[in-house]
Amino acid sequence: MAATKHALVAMVADKPGVLNRIASLFRRRGFNIESIAVGHSEMPKVSRMTIVVDGATTQVEQVRKQLEKVVDVIKVIDVTGEGTIIRELAIIKVKTTTANRSEIIQIVDIFRANIVDVSSDSVAIEVTGDEEKVNSLYKLLRGFGIIEIARTGVIAMTRGGAGSSMINKKQPKSRTRNKKKE
Amino acid sequence: MKLTGAQIVCESLVKEGVEVIFGILGGVILPLYDTLPQYPQLRHILVRHEQGAAHAAEGYAKATGKVGVCFATSGPGATNLVTGIADACLDSVPLVAITGQVIRPLIGKDAFQEIDITGITLPITKHNYLALDAASLAETIKESFYLARTGRPGPVLIDLPKDVQTSQAEFNYPNKVNLPGYKPTLKGHPAQIKKAARLINEAKQPIILAGRGVNISGAYDELKHLAEEAQIPVVTTLLGISTFPESHALSYGWLGMHGMAYANMAIDAADLVIAIGMRFDDRATGRVSGFAPNAKIIHIDIDPAEIGKNVRVDVPIVGDVKVVLKELNKLITKTEHIDWIGQLDEWRREHPSILIRDCDEILPQYIVRQIYKITKGDAIIVTGVGQHQMWAAQHYFFDKPNSLITSGSLGTMGFELPAAMGAKVGRPDETVWCIAGDGGFQMTLQELATIAKEKIAVKIAVFNNGFLGMVRQWQDLFYGKRYVATHLNCPDFVKIAEAYCIPGLTVKHKKEVTPAIEKAMEEPGPFLINFMVEPEENVYPMVPPGASLAEVMEEPKKGVAKWQRQSTP
Ligand SMILES: Cc1ncc(C[n+]2csc(CCOP(=O)(O)OP(=O)(O)O)c2C)c(N)n1
Ligand SMILES: [Mg+2]
Repeated sequence: MAATKHALVAMVADKPGVLNRIASLFRRRGFNIESIAVGHSEMPKVSRMTIVVDGATTQVEQVRKQLEKVVDVIKVIDVTGEGTIIRELAIIKVKTTTANRSEIIQIVDIFRANIVDVSSDSVAIEVTGDEEKVNSLYKLLRGFGIIEIARTGVIAMTRGGAGSSMINKKQPKSRTRNKKKE
Repeated sequence: MKLTGAQIVCESLVKEGVEVIFGILGGVILPLYDTLPQYPQLRHILVRHEQGAAHAAEGYAKATGKVGVCFATSGPGATNLVTGIADACLDSVPLVAITGQVIRPLIGKDAFQEIDITGITLPITKHNYLALDAASLAETIKESFYLARTGRPGPVLIDLPKDVQTSQAEFNYPNKVNLPGYKPTLKGHPAQIKKAARLINEAKQPIILAGRGVNISGAYDELKHLAEEAQIPVVTTLLGISTFPESHALSYGWLGMHGMAYANMAIDAADLVIAIGMRFDDRATGRVSGFAPNAKIIHIDIDPAEIGKNVRVDVPIVGDVKVVLKELNKLITKTEHIDWIGQLDEWRREHPSILIRDCDEILPQYIVRQIYKITKGDAIIVTGVGQHQMWAAQHYFFDKPNSLITSGSLGTMGFELPAAMGAKVGRPDETVWCIAGDGGFQMTLQELATIAKEKIAVKIAVFNNGFLGMVRQWQDLFYGKRYVATHLNCPDFVKIAEAYCIPGLTVKHKKEVTPAIEKAMEEPGPFLINFMVEPEENVYPMVPPGASLAEVMEEPKKGVAKWQRQSTP
């Protein structure tokens, strides 16, 4: 991710309307969101969101605090930095001809991406990696003609054995706490 | 034993110590209203417009510190509450609003009077609920009151479908809430408190800036202790008025757009601002880049998101104001700031800001002074929004804790009458004066009916200047005196009051002002005075929109058009 970008991980109650509350907050405060990805967490009834904001245009600490004010948001941590695994998945559908198909396959191999669908005049490529990797692959493929692209938005996790859970209480005993920024 | 959803609501309200509910019923909230007679301890006051219900609940909450409660039906009933809910949200007022909703199978079908009120109020509530089953209703209500009253208080809305009101469930009122995402910090960080104490002990020109948070946490004594011990002058925000006695030697009025010139000058010159329970609203700070240019800033507030939001802060302390001040006070060394205080006193002598010129016309400022004299400062003053609000805030001397109730953040015209009504219901032994603008009064005057019916003894002073005065002032100063759409054709307010069986009189001459106020005070019930005031009087001092506090204007000057900005009052 670009130096100014921050990944915020938010643990939120899995309740109807939570996404709405968060989206409404971003809109109303004029926060510029680069991407948002939501899924289950390791805890029941708790979802995990990864939100990427650009620190150059948005006050990241304000975003974090305002998010934490939402009652259904349990905890928000800025996980930006060295010790963070950042991944995004994209599916890119590219125009192909018999002439250029092998060239495309080569690029796919270099990027350790996968071809997940082939037709007479197109291929669909699945790629996983950080944003830069997805972006560079996209740039290389652009010359062939992109039909469509779908990106999940990034998800993030800190490296090492430090606890995945950021909820202090009511968690199975063995979990270590993430002390960073607490 | 199983209870209906409606009974669960009432039982829960009783458990929360609710004494009064302001509301208006309708089709989908009928089951709840039908249950009310089983709970005579819950007094229901039928208002005449739901906006009145919300403002009355706010007035009640601001006057008592307890949670205000209002009811409305679905659709238009619910949307009529919106202004009051927004007002409560911005002024941090604890409020629980319960709205009826269409039956569950009809939700999302655009049924008659169905509106997505949880969606509408999402950005103007602290939290809200669509209560979808009777079994979790008690928990929802428990959480609502807890959220409304704790931390930074605010409004919570519960949308309650009609069939949830009639379905049955076991009633067990939880004694604890389970809200993992909500844990307000009460205790300040000791290291931060130490840092703050060091700054305070070293400061040469410190100033305390007290806001409504002092009032909410009831930290009057702690604030006074800090000010007296370290001899720190105190300036308040508009909503901080009455957190520190204005007759105290260390009180230097309030700051901001219409605050005292010397208060603004003091902030500008200070080397340390100790901001307590306030949030640096732009009406208070003036142009933010020019705010307290020479000062370090300590910011104590319970809401972490307020720290650093509007101004840079050197020492943030997140916590309850009272708890933090108690700790902080232990570390403060007795000091004197003779030169600094001498300087402020000199500025106060040179720029008195609240002198009233001698003239034959009835000046609004003069009326406020007379009300102050006659009530001996022992009243709760509730205002609308506009010039009269500023004059009330400037010319009444607020010594009594929590004695000014005003819409400081949303600036809601029409707040005055219903809020005064709610305040009087909450504090029946207090004298409550409603200082109303002739414009704002006409926005909610239907509550005269409620006041008459419920015999709520508020004293109403309508400042009849025939204008939407504050906007007229801006037109006068910044728009070449072009009075577009600010003239009001006022009806005879005394006749209107009489139509509601409320006695009143019109005052046209200065010499009648005092007797009229005395008469109002002698009346056992509500009373209205229609004061025909000087129509084109302007409020001064004034920090023009977009200017910094140091650029405060004191006299009506020609050529102020250079301040012309796009902002609205
Ligand atoms: C509901 C609402 N509408 C419009 C405004 C904009 N506004 C601010 S002050 C004001 C004039 C208020 O007039 P009045 O109540 O007569 O008080 P005055 O300023 O004359 O004392 C207006 C229109 C507002 N604050 N609230
Ligand atoms: Mg007026």
